[in-house]
Amino acid sequence: MPSFPGVDYMDIDSLFSEDELMVRQTVRDFVDDEIIPIIEEANREEKFPMHLIPKIAEMGLFGATIKEYDLPGLNNVAYGLIMQELERGDSGLRSFASVQSGLVMYPIYTYGSKEQRDYWIPKLAAGEKIGCFGLTEPDFGSNPGGMRTYARKDGDSWVLNGAKAWITNGSIADVAVVWAKHDGVIRGFLVEKDTPGFSTAYHMGKFSLRASVTSQLFFEDCRIPGENLLPETNGIKYPLGCLSQARYGIAWGALGAAMSVYETARTYAKSRIQFGGQPIASHQLVQNKLAWMITEITKGQLLAVQMGRLKDQGKLKPHHISMGKMNNVNIALECARSARDILGANGISDEYPIIRHMLNLESVKTYEGTHDIHNLIIGEAVTGIPAYNPPMSAKDEREATARREMEAAK
Amino acid sequence: MNSVVCIAQVPDTETRIKIGGDGRRIDEAGVKYIVSPYDEYALEEAIRLKEKEGGDVTVLGFGPDRVQQALRESLARGATKAVHVKGESGDADSLGIAKVLAAALRTIPHDLVFFGKQGVGTDNSLVGPMVAELLGYPQINVVTHMETAAGKVTAHREIEGAEEVIEATTPAVITAQKGLNEPRYASLKGIMAAKKVTIDTKSIADLGLADSDVVNQRVTVVSLELPPEKSGGRKIDGGDPAAAAKEIVRYMKEEAKAL
Ligand SMILES: Cc1cc2nc3c(=O)[nH]c(=O)nc-3n(C[C@H](O)[C@H](O)[C@H](O)COP(=O)(O)OP(=O)(O)OC[C@H]3O[C@@H](n4cnc5c(N)ncnc54)[C@H](O)[C@@H]3O)c2cc1C
Ligand SMILES: Cc1cc2nc3c(=O)[nH]c(=O)nc-3n(C[C@H](O)[C@H](O)[C@H](O)COP(=O)(O)OP(=O)(O)OC[C@H]3O[C@@H](n4cnc5c(N)ncnc54)[C@H](O)[C@@H]3O)c2cc1C
Repeated sequence: MPSFPGVDYMDIDSLFSEDELMVRQTVRDFVDDEIIPIIEEANREEKFPMHLIPKIAEMGLFGATIKEYDLPGLNNVAYGLIMQELERGDSGLRSFASVQSGLVMYPIYTYGSKEQRDYWIPKLAAGEKIGCFGLTEPDFGSNPGGMRTYARKDGDSWVLNGAKAWITNGSIADVAVVWAKHDGVIRGFLVEKDTPGFSTAYHMGKFSLRASVTSQLFFEDCRIPGENLLPETNGIKYPLGCLSQARYGIAWGALGAAMSVYETARTYAKSRIQFGGQPIASHQLVQNKLAWMITEITKGQLLAVQMGRLKDQGKLKPHHISMGKMNNVNIALECARSARDILGANGISDEYPIIRHMLNLESVKTYEGTHDIHNLIIGEAVTGIPAYNPPMSAKDEREATARREMEAAK
Repeated sequence: MNSVVCIAQVPDTETRIKIGGDGRRIDEAGVKYIVSPYDEYALEEAIRLKEKEGGDVTVLGFGPDRVQQALRESLARGATKAVHVKGESGDADSLGIAKVLAAALRTIPHDLVFFGKQGVGTDNSLVGPMVAELLGYPQINVVTHMETAAGKVTAHREIEGAEEVIEATTPAVITAQKGLNEPRYASLKGIMAAKKVTIDTKSIADLGLADSDVVNQRVTVVSLELPPEKSGGRKIDGGDPAAAAKEIVRYMKEEAKAL
């Protein structure tokens, strides 16, 4: 299997340290040797490659930024480069790593009790246990604050009721980080697999992220021990804090997918001959597409590096991450569409990685805050005016919310 | 059990080689260097031994500054120490390199010395055996499986139609064949830890050698040439399929001698 040469139009590599580059090379080799040869079949069969989990864990990719618990303690740029290489393999694989690290280990490490941390972090890092993150519900995606999963205190335990939808790793997870309302406040809970009253079901018929498991979670009088509450969590800002971690990784990951499709299209265009005995790369229309792709990838790399450096300095704000996620996923998807076009009919076949990346990126555009929601976050940052709700008087909104709560309670 | 693994840094096997201006060496501009693939099996075996029995794994490399990168990568995989002998290894022949490594090995405590069975690219398969001779050690080459016991090493090697099992006393030289093990990926923790190891850097003079001991001892490269460019394939007119098939078979038998 030929190894990936990397995409670096403007000596972006000079912005990385020697160890950041070594981290990237390690993950790059892993993806070339272990992911690329099996991913099309996993995608066809709609199967997550479970056998890779121990190898990924052994390399130390889960919770790679954590220093305690004998974990690598990488900086955020090195972490980003890991995500880039994984998603060059497949967005589903990167999703798995994002969820495990950013959405499960991060909240347990940051909002959990010492007992929760000591128990879960080593097991999740070793890949012995798999986690999922349940925020989205069938009726609440972009607006998770409206959620209708409720937690009630009963003696020493918590009792959960409600349903979650579109949960990555849901059916294969040993532990779910579940967000539910208690007294109107969103709190995080750890629910273990096989807890009575907790069940999962696969989302069937997905045409995107097929090599990643996506599930619904159901809670029917699901009783969990009192100590399974993540004690620090009280409010929507806690799940959103997790999303910031994962979104940051996606901004890098999307570049990996973009690099894969760009490099595939560039190579293809140089060898595919149509009119006049010339490769299609000699046509201006084709070059225009390649020029657009490499320009956008290069801009996206600069955005990602700057985000990473700011994050390491503790200066990265959620609205910065919104720009990175929104832009880089969008350009990656556009790159995939152009690359698809350059490959002609071959572009729709899974002999090449393009159609898979293209379809995957449709999910990536939607999850972790849709493209449009991130534009609204940027819009609010630059105008000071939140525009998420359709124009409605404050009174109407209060009434509407109360009505919804009442219906739900019935 | 202390091991030393001699690491050769070679051009990535996917490099498009260009000949340098002197016509005797490759043009290094833009070449990506890697740890010679057979050395990875050697390193992995030494690391496994260390994990089982304790001790140090020292990686040893001779060559210009860029060799430090190969040593860092080896540290990231699990070597514990690194020694870099700085010098223009490109000017040395196999015996010159072996002399440098043997001299360096005398300064590092060890029970076993590992090499890849050959350095990918130059493919002479000479340095490991030469080092063994210079140090007066037993050597077992092209090893596919090995075990150690007190003061002893037992190694298997594939020979034509059979497997040979050889026992030797330590210290000994082992050269690794593909299949000896499955080399691990560097771990991220290893990469971070490798940063903190100081590479012990020496010159040839520090080892009591002069350039004349190392450069062009017995063999001089006179010239380096790329294989001839492939000429375009032959097209056979397919107008008459039966005739075309006959012509293809004739061509393969008589001209290409492939059948
Ligand atoms: C493969 C996959 C995996 C997922 N994994 C997880 C997971 O692990 N955990 C988890 O909790 N969730 C997960 N999700 C859910 C994901 O986060 C949601 O799909 C996402 O938040 C969007 O919610 P929705 O699908 O309900 O769309 P909606 O919120 O219904 O949005 C539909 C459309 O309306 C637009 N829209 C919504 N509100 C506004 C507004 N105010 N102004 C303008 N436009 C608006 C959106 O931009 C979008 O275009 C996953 C989704 C997918 C597809
Ligand atoms: C599902 C499917 C069903 C099909 N069914 C049929 C069928 O029933 N019968 C049939 O005959 N064919 C069929 N086709 C083939 C289809 O018509 C071809 O795929 C199409 O003509 C494009 O050819 P190509 O795939 O070889 O791409 P190419 O011609 O190799 O084109 C690749 C890229 O190069 C660009 N390009 C090519 N030439 C130039 C130029 N001069 N200047 C600028 N850009 C250029 C193209 O726009 C494209 O972006 C089918 C294809 C698909 C995907």
